[in-house]
Amino acid sequence: MSLSNEQVGHIARLARIALTDAGIEATRAKLDDIFALIEQMQAVGTTGVAPMSHPQELATRLRDDVVTETDRRDAFQKVAPQTEAGLYLVPKVIE
Amino acid sequence: MPPASTAAHTMINASLVELRRALDARQISSVELATLFLNRIAALDPQLNAFITVDRDGALAAARVADARIAAGEGGPLTGIPLAHKDLFCTEGVLTTCASRMLSNFVSPYDAHVVSLLKEAGAVSLGKTNMDEFAMGSSNESSFYGPTKNPWDITRVPGGSSGGSAAAVAARLAPIATGSDTGGSVRQPAAFCGITGIKPTYGLVSRYGMVAFASSLDQGGAFGASAEDCALLLGAMTGFDARDSTSLERPAEDYAAALAAPAAGKPLEGLRIGLPREFFAEGMADGVRAAVEAALAQYRALGASTVEVSLPNAKLAIPAYYVIAPAECSSNLSRFDGVRYGHRAAEYTDLADMYGRSRAEGFGEEVKRRILIGTYVLSHGYYDAYYLQAQRLRRLIAEDFKAALTQCDVIAGPTTPGTAWTLGAMADDPVQMYLSDIYTIAVNLAGLPGISHPCGFDAAGLPVGLQLVGDYFAEGRLLATTHHFQQATDWHQRRPECAR
Repeated sequence: MSLSNEQVGHIARLARIALTDAGIEATRAKLDDIFALIEQMQAVGTTGVAPMSHPQELATRLRDDVVTETDRRDAFQKVAPQTEAGLYLVPKVIE
Repeated sequence: MPPASTAAHTMINASLVELRRALDARQISSVELATLFLNRIAALDPQLNAFITVDRDGALAAARVADARIAAGEGGPLTGIPLAHKDLFCTEGVLTTCASRMLSNFVSPYDAHVVSLLKEAGAVSLGKTNMDEFAMGSSNESSFYGPTKNPWDITRVPGGSSGGSAAAVAARLAPIATGSDTGGSVRQPAAFCGITGIKPTYGLVSRYGMVAFASSLDQGGAFGASAEDCALLLGAMTGFDARDSTSLERPAEDYAAALAAPAAGKPLEGLRIGLPREFFAEGMADGVRAAVEAALAQYRALGASTVEVSLPNAKLAIPAYYVIAPAECSSNLSRFDGVRYGHRAAEYTDLADMYGRSRAEGFGEEVKRRILIGTYVLSHGYYDAYYLQAQRLRRLIAEDFKAALTQCDVIAGPTTPGTAWTLGAMADDPVQMYLSDIYTIAVNLAGLPGISHPCGFDAAGLPVGLQLVGDYFAEGRLLATTHHFQQATDWHQRRPECAR
């Protein structure tokens, strides 16, 4: 399988990673090598084999619906790039 | 550095049991012990680059508390023992970077479960060790902070992703260290650096506060010079944690006690060691094969028998892994958006541009590649062909192990096909590097425990590792098997020049 530059650009947009045209070209070559490795999977018949999503295959544990966390907003916002009045600041998205 | 005094040299190379004895007998204080290792880090780490952050003040403060606990008779097995944490375990008030520019400014507001358990045990954290960025790599070369060097030969890689922890223990910059293992990231660097490293059964060590890479594979692990040191560290790291939804509720096990030799006969009498024919078929370097064969002869001399087993789907582990791990990685790393923590680009036009630029600047090349692979295999129209197929292969691989483990008690083979390679040798060829994890990756897919221990050297004088894989929850057996081997051999006592 060989990816086109358009496909790589599309994946990068989905992944929210800004790539330059030169970056797309360099990335495409490496991804082609990796997909050549991955394609080995397709030669194996797996009809009737149940997918294994997890080694222990446990059901998700439930707990009582009670508050377990304390309010540590200040500590957590200290590591944020930009905050104000307890809010995270981002560029305006609604006109 | 100037030659260490005999007493200092003894402490640097001492086992945890010997350090415990010295601390309890007041032959040395925890503060003195921490200072000894901090000074070694200051002298040797500029060359090795095993640490991203050295926490001198925090270490000395913790050591003073440990000394008070020991004086009050309230110490446990690890009280006052220095250690190092891989820099993906969150440490409150201390930089936690994951060796990424993305987190190069992240001072964690909380401790990982493993970190808090070891703090409570009185262990003294010397600092945070270097690694492949977000644990994605097998050589430590993807670190934003530059590669760690192998203490046996500083022109070579230490392995990865927990290469800084492995190099630190091998060079005796710390007696023990934590690591994490998603596809071999504890066992492979342990092999390359000539030390012992164990990855337990998935679910045994809490992943809370361990920065996520591939959540169905990630598992914390332990490094030490010996199985005995690993047993003490791992014993303090395991246990149920409600904050990790995959943490297993199981009674605690005393791994150190599991090491005791049977009263009579050969220590490994009756142990059946399975040798997967696929692991011994081809692709293994001559020096690795010779060392592993010699170690197996030693195991037989200790009473074990060997039997050929088969893991017919093992060769599919790498392709399946490079779908599953990137898929989970693309999902996990979507949290890095430049909003709540981590790197934010200085210039951007709007919110989408801010995300795109922050992530492009914050992530290194290998991390970006894996996010892109994961995004692709999970995207509309490709999910069945890639992700579901990989999960089906995962089951076939796990069932191979299950079948093999009905014919034997542990599975043995080389940890890696070759020894540590030269820095930069695979820098431009990710696929070649991926293939070097052929013997370790299948174990993560199955979720089984594995240990790597030193078993000799190749012609270039580089350490060779032997991997033992056990059934679920067989950590005690893996540690005891390795311990009996180490009682009869001295590979684990060999030290690189800088620690002799």
